[in-house]
Amino acid sequence: MQAAVAAVSRTGAKFISGGTNLLDLMKLEIERPTHLVDISRLPLKQVDDLPDGGIRIGAQAANSAVAAHARVRALYPALSEALLAGASGQLRNKASIGGNLLQRTRCPYFYDTAAACNKRDPGAGCAALGGFNRIHAVLGASDACIATHPSDMAVAMSALEARIELLSRDRSTRCVAIDDFYRLPGSTPHIDTVWQPGELITAVILPPPPPGGQRYRKVRDRASYEFALVSVAAVIATDRETITAARVAFGGVAHKPWRSFEAEAALRGRLATLTTYEAAADVAMRSAVGRGQNDFKIVLAKRTLCRTLADAAQIAAERPS
Amino acid sequence: MGRVGEMTELAVTRIMLRVNGQMHEMEIDPRTSLLDALREHLHLTGTKKGCDHGQCGACTLLINGRRINSCLTLAVMHEDDDIVTVEGLGAPEALHPLQAAFIERDALQCGYCTSGQICSALGMLAEVKAGWPSHVTADVTAATGALTDAEIRERMSGNICRCGAYPNIVAAIRDIAEEALR
Repeated sequence: MQAAVAAVSRTGAKFISGGTNLLDLMKLEIERPTHLVDISRLPLKQVDDLPDGGIRIGAQAANSAVAAHARVRALYPALSEALLAGASGQLRNKASIGGNLLQRTRCPYFYDTAAACNKRDPGAGCAALGGFNRIHAVLGASDACIATHPSDMAVAMSALEARIELLSRDRSTRCVAIDDFYRLPGSTPHIDTVWQPGELITAVILPPPPPGGQRYRKVRDRASYEFALVSVAAVIATDRETITAARVAFGGVAHKPWRSFEAEAALRGRLATLTTYEAAADVAMRSAVGRGQNDFKIVLAKRTLCRTLADAAQIAAERPS
Repeated sequence: MGRVGEMTELAVTRIMLRVNGQMHEMEIDPRTSLLDALREHLHLTGTKKGCDHGQCGACTLLINGRRINSCLTLAVMHEDDDIVTVEGLGAPEALHPLQAAFIERDALQCGYCTSGQICSALGMLAEVKAGWPSHVTADVTAATGALTDAEIRERMSGNICRCGAYPNIVAAIRDIAEEALR
Protein backbone atom coordinates (compact mmCIF):
# COMPACT_ATOMS: atom_id res chain seq x y z
CA MET A 1 0.00 0.00 0.00
CA GLN A 2 2.87 2.35 0.82
CA ALA A 3 4.41 1.54 -2.57
CA ALA A 4 1.13 2.46 -4.27
CA VAL A 5 0.91 5.75 -2.38
CA ALA A 6 4.55 6.50 -3.28
CA ALA A 7 3.97 5.65 -6.96
CA VAL A 8 0.94 7.90 -7.27
CA SER A 9 2.90 10.91 -6.00
CA ARG A 10 4.21 11.54 -9.55
CA THR A 11 2.54 14.58 -11.07
CA GLY A 12 -0.56 13.64 -13.02
CA ALA A 13 -0.64 10.06 -11.74
CA LYS A 14 -3.87 8.44 -10.63
CA PHE A 15 -4.93 5.25 -8.95
CA ILE A 16 -6.95 2.81 -11.02
CA SER A 17 -9.15 0.23 -9.38
CA GLY A 18 -12.24 -1.10 -11.19
CA GLY A 19 -11.65 1.52 -13.87
CA THR A 20 -15.31 1.62 -14.89
CA ASN A 21 -15.57 5.40 -14.47
CA LEU A 22 -11.93 6.45 -14.95
CA LEU A 23 -11.38 4.61 -18.25
CA ASP A 24 -14.70 5.88 -19.57
CA LEU A 25 -13.60 9.45 -18.79
CA MET A 26 -10.11 8.82 -20.22
CA LYS A 27 -11.58 7.70 -23.54
CA LEU A 28 -13.40 11.04 -23.67
CA GLU A 29 -10.20 12.91 -22.64
CA ILE A 30 -11.98 14.35 -19.61
CA GLU A 31 -9.53 12.55 -17.32
CA ARG A 32 -5.96 12.68 -18.65
CA PRO A 33 -3.65 11.01 -16.14
CA THR A 34 0.02 10.69 -17.08
CA HIS A 35 0.43 7.44 -15.15
CA LEU A 36 -1.95 4.89 -13.69
CA VAL A 37 -1.17 2.95 -10.53
CA ASP A 38 -3.14 -0.31 -10.37
CA ILE A 39 -4.41 -0.81 -6.83
CA SER A 40 -7.03 -3.42 -7.71
CA ARG A 41 -4.99 -6.31 -6.33
CA LEU A 42 -4.17 -4.74 -2.97
CA PRO A 43 -5.42 -6.88 -0.07
CA LEU A 44 -8.35 -4.56 0.63
CA LYS A 45 -11.30 -6.73 -0.43
CA GLN A 46 -12.43 -8.07 2.94
CA VAL A 47 -15.59 -7.21 4.84
CA ASP A 48 -14.67 -7.59 8.51
CA ASP A 49 -16.74 -7.44 11.68
CA LEU A 50 -15.59 -4.80 14.16
CA PRO A 51 -15.60 -5.22 17.96
CA ASP A 52 -18.18 -2.44 18.35
CA GLY A 53 -20.70 -4.32 16.19
CA GLY A 54 -19.97 -2.37 13.02
CA ILE A 55 -18.17 -3.54 9.91
CA ARG A 56 -15.11 -2.51 7.92
CA ILE A 57 -15.47 -2.77 4.15
CA GLY A 58 -12.20 -2.95 2.23
CA ALA A 59 -12.05 -0.26 -0.45
CA GLN A 60 -11.12 -2.76 -3.16
CA ALA A 61 -14.14 -4.98 -2.54
CA ALA A 62 -16.40 -5.18 -5.61
CA ASN A 63 -19.78 -3.47 -5.36
CA SER A 64 -21.50 -6.79 -6.12
CA ALA A 65 -19.58 -8.68 -3.42
CA VAL A 66 -20.56 -6.14 -0.78
CA ALA A 67 -24.21 -6.09 -1.92
CA ALA A 68 -24.34 -9.89 -1.58
CA HIS A 69 -22.36 -10.11 1.66
CA ALA A 70 -24.37 -11.88 4.37
CA ARG A 71 -23.49 -9.38 7.13
CA VAL A 72 -24.24 -6.37 4.93
CA ARG A 73 -27.62 -7.84 3.92
CA ALA A 74 -28.50 -8.67 7.52
CA LEU A 75 -27.29 -5.49 9.26
CA TYR A 76 -27.28 -2.83 6.54
CA PRO A 77 -29.99 -3.85 4.03
CA ALA A 78 -30.30 -0.25 2.79
CA LEU A 79 -26.67 -0.40 1.66
CA SER A 80 -27.25 -3.68 -0.13
CA GLU A 81 -30.36 -2.23 -1.81
CA ALA A 82 -28.50 0.92 -2.85
CA LEU A 83 -25.64 -1.05 -4.38
CA LEU A 84 -28.09 -3.28 -6.26
CA ALA A 85 -29.95 -0.23 -7.56
CA GLY A 86 -26.78 1.10 -9.17
CA ALA A 87 -25.26 0.34 -12.58
CA SER A 88 -25.46 -3.16 -14.12
CA GLY A 89 -24.38 -6.64 -13.06
CA GLN A 90 -21.17 -6.37 -15.08
CA LEU A 91 -20.25 -2.96 -13.69
CA ARG A 92 -21.00 -3.95 -10.10
CA ASN A 93 -18.60 -6.89 -10.49
CA LYS A 94 -15.79 -4.55 -11.49
CA ALA A 95 -16.48 -1.30 -9.65
CA SER A 96 -14.80 -1.02 -6.26
CA ILE A 97 -16.22 0.56 -3.12
CA GLY A 98 -13.52 3.24 -3.05
CA GLY A 99 -14.03 3.99 -6.73
CA ASN A 100 -17.77 4.26 -6.28
CA LEU A 101 -17.20 6.98 -3.66
CA LEU A 102 -14.97 8.93 -6.05
CA GLN A 103 -17.01 8.58 -9.24
CA ARG A 104 -17.64 11.81 -11.13
CA THR A 105 -20.95 13.44 -11.97
CA ARG A 106 -22.96 12.34 -15.01
CA CYS A 107 -23.90 15.93 -15.91
CA PRO A 108 -24.02 15.86 -19.74
CA TYR A 109 -22.11 19.15 -19.93
CA PHE A 110 -19.29 17.70 -17.82
CA TYR A 111 -19.14 14.88 -20.38
CA ASP A 112 -19.31 17.19 -23.42
CA THR A 113 -15.83 18.66 -23.87
CA ALA A 114 -17.26 21.27 -26.26
CA ALA A 115 -19.56 22.67 -23.52
CA ALA A 116 -18.70 25.06 -20.68
CA CYS A 117 -18.18 23.25 -17.40
CA ASN A 118 -16.57 24.64 -14.25
CA LYS A 119 -16.12 21.15 -12.86
CA ARG A 120 -14.09 19.99 -15.86
CA ASP A 121 -12.49 23.31 -16.73
CA PRO A 122 -12.52 25.74 -13.75
CA GLY A 123 -13.63 29.24 -14.77
CA ALA A 124 -15.23 28.12 -18.05
CA GLY A 125 -18.80 28.63 -16.85
CA CYS A 126 -21.75 26.28 -16.44
CA ALA A 127 -23.77 25.34 -19.49
CA ALA A 128 -26.28 23.47 -17.33
CA LEU A 129 -27.56 26.67 -15.66
CA GLY A 130 -29.40 27.77 -18.80
CA GLY A 131 -29.35 24.40 -20.50
CA PHE A 132 -31.02 21.03 -20.21
CA ASN A 133 -31.04 20.75 -16.43
CA ARG A 134 -33.74 18.20 -15.79
CA ILE A 135 -31.36 15.87 -13.92
CA HIS A 136 -29.59 18.59 -11.93
CA ALA A 137 -29.39 19.65 -8.29
CA VAL A 138 -32.08 21.44 -6.31
CA LEU A 139 -30.21 21.62 -2.99
CA GLY A 140 -26.82 23.12 -2.14
CA ALA A 141 -26.01 24.12 -5.71
CA SER A 142 -24.19 27.31 -6.71
CA ASP A 143 -24.05 29.62 -9.71
CA ALA A 144 -20.87 27.79 -10.68
CA CYS A 145 -22.28 24.25 -10.72
CA ILE A 146 -25.61 22.45 -10.41
CA ALA A 147 -24.27 18.93 -10.95
CA THR A 148 -25.37 16.01 -8.77
CA HIS A 149 -23.36 13.20 -7.24
CA PRO A 150 -24.31 10.00 -9.08
CA SER A 151 -23.72 7.32 -6.43
CA ASP A 152 -26.53 5.30 -4.89
CA MET A 153 -24.17 3.55 -2.48
CA ALA A 154 -22.95 6.80 -0.94
CA VAL A 155 -26.53 7.88 -0.16
CA ALA A 156 -27.14 4.76 1.92
CA MET A 157 -23.71 5.18 3.52
CA SER A 158 -24.65 8.73 4.42
CA ALA A 159 -27.77 7.57 6.27
CA LEU A 160 -25.68 4.85 7.94
CA GLU A 161 -23.04 7.42 9.03
CA ALA A 162 -20.13 5.72 7.27
CA ARG A 163 -16.59 6.92 7.77
CA ILE A 164 -13.98 6.88 5.01
CA GLU A 165 -10.52 5.62 5.97
CA LEU A 166 -7.64 7.22 4.05
CA LEU A 167 -3.93 6.45 3.99
CA SER A 168 -1.67 9.37 3.13
CA ARG A 169 1.80 9.78 1.70
CA ASP A 170 3.30 10.33 5.16
CA ARG A 171 1.91 6.93 6.24
CA SER A 172 -0.69 8.51 8.50
CA THR A 173 -4.29 7.32 8.44
CA ARG A 174 -7.34 9.51 8.87
CA CYS A 175 -11.04 8.82 9.01
CA VAL A 176 -13.56 11.27 7.58
CA ALA A 177 -17.31 11.13 8.17
CA ILE A 178 -18.99 10.67 4.78
CA ASP A 179 -21.01 13.85 5.25
CA ASP A 180 -17.72 15.79 5.59
CA PHE A 181 -16.01 13.83 2.81
CA TYR A 182 -18.15 15.35 0.07
CA ARG A 183 -18.13 19.08 -0.69
CA LEU A 184 -20.76 21.45 -1.99
CA PRO A 185 -19.73 23.05 -5.28
CA GLY A 186 -19.44 26.70 -4.15
CA SER A 187 -16.99 28.49 -6.43
CA THR A 188 -14.71 25.42 -6.75
CA PRO A 189 -16.89 22.65 -8.21
CA HIS A 190 -13.85 20.94 -9.72
CA ILE A 191 -13.13 19.62 -6.20
CA ASP A 192 -15.66 16.90 -5.37
CA THR A 193 -14.36 15.75 -1.98
CA VAL A 194 -11.86 16.55 0.77
CA TRP A 195 -9.63 13.75 -0.56
CA GLN A 196 -6.04 15.00 -0.72
CA PRO A 197 -3.74 14.22 -3.66
CA GLY A 198 -1.91 10.97 -3.05
CA GLU A 199 -4.34 9.66 -0.46
CA LEU A 200 -5.52 6.07 -0.83
CA ILE A 201 -8.99 5.11 0.35
CA THR A 202 -8.39 1.91 2.29
CA ALA A 203 -11.82 1.21 3.79
CA VAL A 204 -15.33 2.35 4.59
CA ILE A 205 -16.22 1.88 8.22
CA LEU A 206 -19.84 1.46 9.23
CA PRO A 207 -20.78 1.97 12.88
CA PRO A 208 -23.25 -0.54 14.36
CA PRO A 209 -26.53 -0.34 12.45
CA PRO A 210 -28.97 2.26 13.77
CA PRO A 211 -32.13 0.80 15.33
CA GLY A 212 -35.20 0.40 13.13
CA GLY A 213 -36.16 -0.49 9.60
CA GLN A 214 -33.96 0.51 6.66
CA ARG A 215 -34.97 1.21 3.09
CA TYR A 216 -33.36 2.59 -0.07
CA ARG A 217 -35.72 3.72 -2.81
CA LYS A 218 -34.58 4.96 -6.21
CA VAL A 219 -36.75 6.80 -8.74
CA ARG A 220 -35.45 6.96 -12.30
CA ASP A 221 -36.47 7.23 -15.93
CA ARG A 222 -35.97 3.49 -16.57
CA ALA A 223 -36.72 0.53 -14.32
CA SER A 224 -33.08 -0.55 -14.31
CA TYR A 225 -29.56 0.55 -15.21
CA GLU A 226 -30.15 4.30 -14.91
CA PHE A 227 -29.03 7.02 -12.53
CA ALA A 228 -31.43 8.36 -9.93
CA LEU A 229 -33.63 11.36 -10.54
CA VAL A 230 -34.26 11.19 -6.82
CA SER A 231 -33.41 8.55 -4.27
CA VAL A 232 -33.90 8.24 -0.53
CA ALA A 233 -32.18 6.18 2.13
CA ALA A 234 -34.26 6.09 5.30
CA VAL A 235 -33.95 4.42 8.67
CA ILE A 236 -36.82 4.70 11.12
CA ALA A 237 -37.36 3.23 14.59
CA THR A 238 -40.71 3.31 16.33
CA ASP A 239 -42.01 2.56 19.79
CA ARG A 240 -45.65 1.65 19.35
CA GLU A 241 -46.70 4.45 16.96
CA THR A 242 -44.08 7.02 17.92
CA ILE A 243 -40.87 7.60 15.97
CA THR A 244 -37.91 7.24 18.34
CA ALA A 245 -35.10 7.68 15.81
CA ALA A 246 -34.77 8.47 12.11
CA ARG A 247 -32.10 8.89 9.45
CA VAL A 248 -32.75 10.50 6.09
CA ALA A 249 -30.45 10.97 3.10
CA PHE A 250 -31.34 11.97 -0.47
CA GLY A 251 -29.58 11.14 -3.74
CA GLY A 252 -29.91 12.85 -7.11
CA VAL A 253 -30.72 16.25 -5.61
CA ALA A 254 -27.32 17.73 -4.71
CA HIS A 255 -23.56 17.78 -5.33
CA LYS A 256 -23.27 15.25 -2.49
CA PRO A 257 -25.43 12.67 -0.78
CA TRP A 258 -27.84 14.99 1.04
CA ARG A 259 -28.28 14.06 4.67
CA SER A 260 -31.29 15.91 6.04
CA PHE A 261 -30.78 16.45 9.75
CA GLU A 262 -33.74 18.84 9.61
CA ALA A 263 -36.07 16.11 8.38
CA GLU A 264 -34.76 13.74 11.04
CA ALA A 265 -35.51 16.30 13.77
CA ALA A 266 -39.00 16.78 12.34
CA LEU A 267 -39.64 13.02 12.61
CA ARG A 268 -38.32 12.27 16.10
CA GLY A 269 -40.99 12.05 18.79
CA ARG A 270 -43.85 12.33 16.31
CA LEU A 271 -46.41 9.74 15.29
CA ALA A 272 -45.38 7.52 12.38
CA THR A 273 -48.07 8.80 10.02
CA LEU A 274 -48.20 10.29 6.54
CA THR A 275 -48.89 13.72 8.08
CA THR A 276 -45.58 13.53 9.96
CA TYR A 277 -43.72 12.31 6.86
CA GLU A 278 -45.16 15.13 4.75
CA ALA A 279 -44.14 17.70 7.33
CA ALA A 280 -40.61 16.25 7.41
CA ALA A 281 -40.51 16.30 3.60
CA ASP A 282 -41.47 19.98 3.55
CA VAL A 283 -38.68 20.71 6.02
CA ALA A 284 -36.17 18.69 3.99
CA MET A 285 -36.94 20.64 0.82
CA ARG A 286 -37.40 24.07 2.43
CA SER A 287 -34.23 25.48 0.85
CA ALA A 288 -34.66 23.67 -2.47
CA VAL A 289 -34.36 25.76 -5.64
CA GLY A 290 -35.45 24.51 -9.05
CA ARG A 291 -33.73 25.61 -12.25
CA GLY A 292 -36.72 25.20 -14.53
CA GLN A 293 -36.59 21.71 -15.96
CA ASN A 294 -35.74 20.12 -12.60
CA ASP A 295 -38.49 21.82 -10.57
CA PHE A 296 -40.32 18.48 -10.47
CA LYS A 297 -37.53 17.01 -8.35
CA ILE A 298 -38.66 19.02 -5.32
CA VAL A 299 -42.11 17.43 -5.36
CA LEU A 300 -40.70 14.04 -6.36
CA ALA A 301 -38.18 14.10 -3.49
CA LYS A 302 -40.93 14.86 -0.98
CA ARG A 303 -43.15 12.04 -2.25
CA THR A 304 -40.23 9.62 -2.41
CA LEU A 305 -39.30 10.45 1.18
CA CYS A 306 -42.86 9.83 2.40
CA ARG A 307 -43.04 6.49 0.60
CA THR A 308 -39.60 5.40 1.78
CA LEU A 309 -40.33 6.35 5.40
CA ALA A 310 -43.59 4.41 5.27
CA ASP A 311 -41.72 1.37 3.88
CA ALA A 312 -39.01 1.65 6.54
CA ALA A 313 -41.59 1.98 9.33
CA GLN A 314 -43.38 -1.12 8.07
CA ILE A 315 -40.08 -3.01 7.96
CA ALA A 316 -39.36 -1.84 11.51
CA ALA A 317 -42.70 -3.27 12.59
CA GLU A 318 -42.25 -6.55 10.70
CA ARG A 319 -38.58 -7.20 11.44
CA PRO A 320 -37.86 -5.88 14.94
CA SER A 321 -34.09 -5.48 15.35
CA MET B 1 -0.55 16.70 -17.76
CA GLY B 2 -0.53 15.62 -21.38
CA ARG B 3 -2.51 17.96 -23.60
CA VAL B 4 -5.07 16.72 -26.06
CA GLY B 5 -3.39 15.92 -29.35
CA GLU B 6 0.12 16.07 -27.90
CA MET B 7 2.40 13.32 -29.16
CA THR B 8 3.46 10.96 -26.44
CA GLU B 9 6.06 8.23 -26.71
CA LEU B 10 4.33 4.89 -27.17
CA ALA B 11 5.25 2.49 -24.45
CA VAL B 12 4.91 -1.21 -25.10
CA THR B 13 4.44 -3.81 -22.42
CA ARG B 14 4.85 -7.55 -22.76
CA ILE B 15 2.05 -9.45 -21.02
CA MET B 16 0.68 -12.95 -20.78
CA LEU B 17 -3.07 -13.52 -20.84
CA ARG B 18 -4.89 -16.80 -20.22
CA VAL B 19 -7.86 -16.84 -22.56
CA ASN B 20 -10.17 -19.84 -22.81
CA GLY B 21 -7.52 -21.94 -21.09
CA GLN B 22 -4.72 -20.98 -23.48
CA MET B 23 -1.78 -18.74 -22.65
CA HIS B 24 -1.09 -15.88 -25.05
CA GLU B 25 1.95 -13.64 -24.98
CA MET B 26 1.55 -10.20 -26.49
CA GLU B 27 3.23 -6.83 -26.71
CA ILE B 28 0.73 -4.05 -26.23
CA ASP B 29 0.38 -0.41 -25.37
CA PRO B 30 -0.47 -0.55 -21.64
CA ARG B 31 -3.54 1.59 -22.29
CA THR B 32 -5.11 -1.15 -24.42
CA SER B 33 -8.50 -2.28 -23.17
CA LEU B 34 -9.00 -5.98 -22.62
CA LEU B 35 -11.59 -5.85 -25.40
CA ASP B 36 -9.13 -4.41 -27.92
CA ALA B 37 -6.39 -6.82 -26.82
CA LEU B 38 -8.69 -9.76 -27.55
CA ARG B 39 -10.07 -8.45 -30.82
CA GLU B 40 -7.11 -6.63 -32.36
CA HIS B 41 -4.19 -8.66 -31.02
CA LEU B 42 -5.55 -12.18 -30.53
CA HIS B 43 -8.19 -11.83 -33.26
CA LEU B 44 -10.81 -13.29 -30.95
CA THR B 45 -13.62 -11.24 -32.47
CA GLY B 46 -16.48 -13.07 -30.78
CA THR B 47 -16.41 -10.42 -28.07
CA LYS B 48 -18.08 -7.39 -29.65
CA LYS B 49 -17.37 -3.69 -29.41
CA GLY B 50 -20.62 -1.77 -29.20
CA CYS B 51 -20.49 1.51 -27.31
CA ASP B 52 -16.98 1.07 -25.83
CA HIS B 53 -18.26 2.88 -22.70
CA GLY B 54 -19.83 0.13 -20.58
CA GLN B 55 -23.37 1.01 -21.59
CA CYS B 56 -24.37 -1.74 -24.02
CA GLY B 57 -22.86 -4.97 -22.66
CA ALA B 58 -21.80 -6.34 -26.09
CA CYS B 59 -18.23 -6.80 -24.78
CA THR B 60 -19.26 -8.87 -21.75
CA LEU B 61 -16.99 -11.78 -20.91
CA LEU B 62 -16.10 -13.81 -17.84
CA ILE B 63 -13.13 -13.12 -15.59
CA ASN B 64 -12.63 -15.90 -13.03
CA GLY B 65 -16.26 -16.83 -13.63
CA ARG B 66 -17.64 -13.32 -13.07
CA ARG B 67 -19.06 -11.20 -15.90
CA ILE B 68 -17.55 -7.80 -16.66
CA ASN B 69 -17.47 -5.23 -19.47
CA SER B 70 -14.14 -5.84 -21.24
CA CYS B 71 -14.18 -2.33 -22.76
CA LEU B 72 -13.77 -0.70 -19.34
CA THR B 73 -10.72 -2.56 -18.12
CA LEU B 74 -7.09 -2.66 -19.20
CA ALA B 75 -5.56 -5.88 -20.52
CA VAL B 76 -2.46 -5.35 -18.36
CA MET B 77 -4.65 -5.63 -15.25
CA HIS B 78 -5.67 -9.23 -16.05
CA GLU B 79 -2.41 -11.18 -16.28
CA ASP B 80 -3.32 -13.50 -13.41
CA ASP B 81 -6.91 -14.02 -14.43
CA ASP B 82 -8.85 -16.76 -16.13
CA ILE B 83 -10.54 -15.07 -19.10
CA VAL B 84 -13.40 -16.82 -20.89
CA THR B 85 -14.91 -15.39 -24.06
CA VAL B 86 -17.80 -16.70 -26.15
CA GLU B 87 -15.23 -18.68 -28.18
CA GLY B 88 -14.46 -20.65 -25.03
CA LEU B 89 -18.05 -21.70 -24.39
CA GLY B 90 -18.90 -23.78 -27.41
CA ALA B 91 -18.17 -24.37 -31.09
CA PRO B 92 -20.53 -24.67 -34.07
CA GLU B 93 -20.35 -28.46 -33.85
CA ALA B 94 -20.60 -28.53 -30.04
CA LEU B 95 -22.79 -25.66 -28.88
CA HIS B 96 -23.09 -24.63 -25.27
CA PRO B 97 -26.66 -25.38 -24.08
CA LEU B 98 -27.34 -21.62 -23.85
CA GLN B 99 -26.11 -21.07 -27.41
CA ALA B 100 -28.46 -23.86 -28.55
CA ALA B 101 -31.30 -22.29 -26.56
CA PHE B 102 -30.71 -18.91 -28.23
CA ILE B 103 -31.05 -20.59 -31.65
CA GLU B 104 -34.06 -22.65 -30.56
CA ARG B 105 -35.82 -19.58 -29.15
CA ASP B 106 -34.79 -17.24 -31.99
CA ALA B 107 -33.32 -14.96 -29.32
CA LEU B 108 -31.63 -12.60 -31.75
CA GLN B 109 -32.10 -10.69 -34.93
CA CYS B 110 -28.84 -9.06 -36.01
CA GLY B 111 -26.86 -11.05 -33.46
CA TYR B 112 -24.37 -8.34 -32.55
CA CYS B 113 -25.28 -8.34 -28.86
CA THR B 114 -25.60 -12.12 -28.65
CA SER B 115 -22.15 -13.13 -27.46
CA GLY B 116 -22.38 -10.50 -24.74
CA GLN B 117 -25.89 -11.68 -23.83
CA ILE B 118 -24.70 -15.27 -23.56
CA CYS B 119 -21.60 -14.51 -21.47
CA SER B 120 -23.64 -12.18 -19.29
CA ALA B 121 -26.38 -14.78 -18.77
CA LEU B 122 -23.86 -17.41 -17.70
CA GLY B 123 -22.27 -14.97 -15.28
CA MET B 124 -25.73 -14.00 -14.04
CA LEU B 125 -26.72 -17.64 -13.43
CA ALA B 126 -23.52 -18.14 -11.42
CA GLU B 127 -24.50 -15.12 -9.31
CA VAL B 128 -27.98 -16.56 -8.73
CA LYS B 129 -26.44 -19.90 -7.81
CA ALA B 130 -24.25 -18.10 -5.27
CA GLY B 131 -27.40 -16.61 -3.71
CA TRP B 132 -26.80 -13.01 -4.74
CA PRO B 133 -29.89 -10.80 -4.45
CA SER B 134 -30.95 -8.28 -7.13
CA HIS B 135 -32.75 -4.95 -7.26
CA VAL B 136 -36.11 -6.75 -7.68
CA THR B 137 -35.49 -9.18 -4.83
CA ALA B 138 -38.26 -8.30 -2.37
CA ASP B 139 -36.22 -8.70 0.80
CA VAL B 140 -32.42 -8.67 0.68
CA THR B 141 -32.27 -9.91 4.28
CA ALA B 142 -33.95 -13.18 3.26
CA ALA B 143 -32.66 -15.96 1.02
CA THR B 144 -33.19 -15.25 -2.67
CA GLY B 145 -36.21 -16.93 -4.23
CA ALA B 146 -37.03 -18.30 -7.66
CA LEU B 147 -35.45 -16.90 -10.81
CA THR B 148 -38.58 -15.24 -12.17
CA ASP B 149 -38.75 -13.41 -15.51
CA ALA B 150 -38.62 -10.15 -13.56
CA GLU B 151 -35.38 -11.32 -11.93
CA ILE B 152 -33.89 -12.33 -15.30
CA ARG B 153 -34.81 -8.96 -16.84
CA GLU B 154 -33.36 -6.96 -13.96
CA ARG B 155 -30.19 -9.02 -13.78
CA MET B 156 -29.69 -8.78 -17.56
CA SER B 157 -30.28 -5.01 -17.77
CA GLY B 158 -26.61 -4.37 -18.56
CA ASN B 159 -27.08 -5.96 -22.00
CA ILE B 160 -28.88 -3.91 -24.61
CA CYS B 161 -30.52 -5.56 -27.63
CA ARG B 162 -31.37 -2.86 -30.14
CA CYS B 163 -33.38 -5.35 -32.21
CA GLY B 164 -35.58 -5.87 -29.16
CA ALA B 165 -35.28 -9.64 -28.93
CA TYR B 166 -35.71 -9.45 -25.15
CA PRO B 167 -38.75 -11.77 -24.80
CA ASN B 168 -36.89 -14.56 -26.56
CA ILE B 169 -33.63 -13.86 -24.72
CA VAL B 170 -35.50 -14.25 -21.42
CA ALA B 171 -37.08 -17.47 -22.74
CA ALA B 172 -33.71 -18.91 -23.81
CA ILE B 173 -32.19 -18.17 -20.41
CA ARG B 174 -35.24 -19.62 -18.66
CA ASP B 175 -34.86 -22.81 -20.74
CA ILE B 176 -31.43 -23.60 -19.32
CA ALA B 177 -31.80 -21.98 -15.88
CA GLU B 178 -33.12 -24.98 -14.01
CA GLU B 179 -30.30 -27.21 -15.26
CA ALA B 180 -27.68 -24.48 -14.72
CA LEU B 181 -28.82 -23.76 -11.17
CA ARG B 182 -29.06 -27.41 -10.10
